[in-house]
Amino acid sequence: MDARLPPPPRRQRSTWLLLAFLIALVAASFASLPLKFGDLFTAEAWTTTAEFLDGFAPPETATPFLIKTGYAALETMSMSALGTLLAVVAGLAFALPAAGRFGAAPRALVRGLLNILRAVPELVWASLMLVAAGLGPFGGTLALAFHTSGVLGRLFADALENADPLPQQTLLTNGATPLAAFWYATFQQTLPQMLSYTLYRWENNIRAAAVLGVVGAGGLGQMLKYHLSLFQMQDAATVIIAMLALVALVDAISFLLRRTLTR
Amino acid sequence: MSSATVFAPPAGSVPPDPAWRRRINAAIVFIVLLWPMLVFSEFKPWILFDSQSMAASGRFLGAFFHPVVNTEFLALVLVNTWQTVAIATAGLALAMLGAVPATLIITERLSISRLGRGRMRPAAALLRHSVRSVLVLLRSVPELVWALLFVRVIGLGPTAGVLAIALTYSGMLGKVYAEILESSDAHGTDTLLANGGGRLASFLYGALPESAAELVSYTVYRWECAIRGSAVMGFVGAGGLGQRMDESTRNMVGGEVATMLIVFVLLVGLADLVSKLLRRRLG
Repeated sequence: MDARLPPPPRRQRSTWLLLAFLIALVAASFASLPLKFGDLFTAEAWTTTAEFLDGFAPPETATPFLIKTGYAALETMSMSALGTLLAVVAGLAFALPAAGRFGAAPRALVRGLLNILRAVPELVWASLMLVAAGLGPFGGTLALAFHTSGVLGRLFADALENADPLPQQTLLTNGATPLAAFWYATFQQTLPQMLSYTLYRWENNIRAAAVLGVVGAGGLGQMLKYHLSLFQMQDAATVIIAMLALVALVDAISFLLRRTLTR
Repeated sequence: MSSATVFAPPAGSVPPDPAWRRRINAAIVFIVLLWPMLVFSEFKPWILFDSQSMAASGRFLGAFFHPVVNTEFLALVLVNTWQTVAIATAGLALAMLGAVPATLIITERLSISRLGRGRMRPAAALLRHSVRSVLVLLRSVPELVWALLFVRVIGLGPTAGVLAIALTYSGMLGKVYAEILESSDAHGTDTLLANGGGRLASFLYGALPESAAELVSYTVYRWECAIRGSAVMGFVGAGGLGQRMDESTRNMVGGEVATMLIVFVLLVGLADLVSKLLRRRLG
């Protein structure tokens, strides 16, 4: 029966090389890191971990603490929403040159700038912003705005470039000003897509804003870092639950907005 | 009065905006929502421009134009960059160890009791559901929070970063792997299962060849994300480039931060490139 089976396809040598490279990369990673997994599997580590986990239950539910957590959650929410809003404004401003509307040189220049804005993660922006804006949610808001304007600028520019140019050209040839032609044709064509991207980034930003606080940028993250560093596990548990609830809430709002706005 | 005179606007005038009422309502709602947000996020742009903060950021930014490039520091940055990549790679490898079995359990395509009558055995449904909930829990806690927790349990260093990536990413990979497998053509798997093939055999000969390229491509994309994540986790003490960057920022040594930022941007660009090349190979 085996004789009737077709021969297996030949594997390319580069595939084997690639596999070998991947295995070597993983092996080198484990070998070079000072990992302490050994410690993790001792009886002592298990009891520490068990005590640690036990410390989380039950979450702190005293009213003053809940109010404080709620306030931090509002702070996180505001940071994410405002950061996204600022990024939409900046992203639109970047998108016009990045879509090649002012020539090839500004396009390349602005795209390079957007790449840099996007390549630096929110948290790194936040730690840099602390120097200029000090501790607190304002630095976090700016950090989110910087990173997100890089992302949205790129996405908006691509949307503008991919939009069908015919409606705008029709308006232009019929004597509309370039601004009016953009506003009544290309902008309206790409608006649903841009709204959808914005909501998607907002969902991302609420997750980022929740953790930005660990470098001191306010909100739930800052509370979490504070209580964890004092080993107040029950308080930390409440904060983590608040984070998860907030993310779920924003996802739900975003889902509803997406349905009503981009219909 | 004929209808033509009713609808013709006076010459030279712009007809009123038919949606003006809605626009004004939307603007009011927007402002009412915006105001508390500005308060909560302590939105005070002018503090950026007071003399003290201007001086501090001026000095910090000024140093950015003189990245530190002496050999000793570059060697340190290089070691830490490798550590960042290694944390991401090791974390992702561990994540796959958790995600692959979880995928095999939760993929409904591999359910035998579902065949024919379209309903799973209650026990099997319960098992799938509970494993899926574990995956949801793993991925909804942000990796940075996992890292903070592990730094508390096992102390500073890359172990915390590796474990944080392993947990978060096994949650993500497990879910997405299952989704990819579910969205592939069911025919092969179903036929194998219906003719008495085992679950593992049906997976290996039915579902896997259908979606192997997509699975690998998603894994490579996640590796790229993990590199970014592991750099960020350094900020809570999980080792690598982030930890050095945090230290230099705290000491306000702008030149060192600039060097590391450049290296980081290059690293992300490189990972992006490698990931793109690998994915193109897979078609």
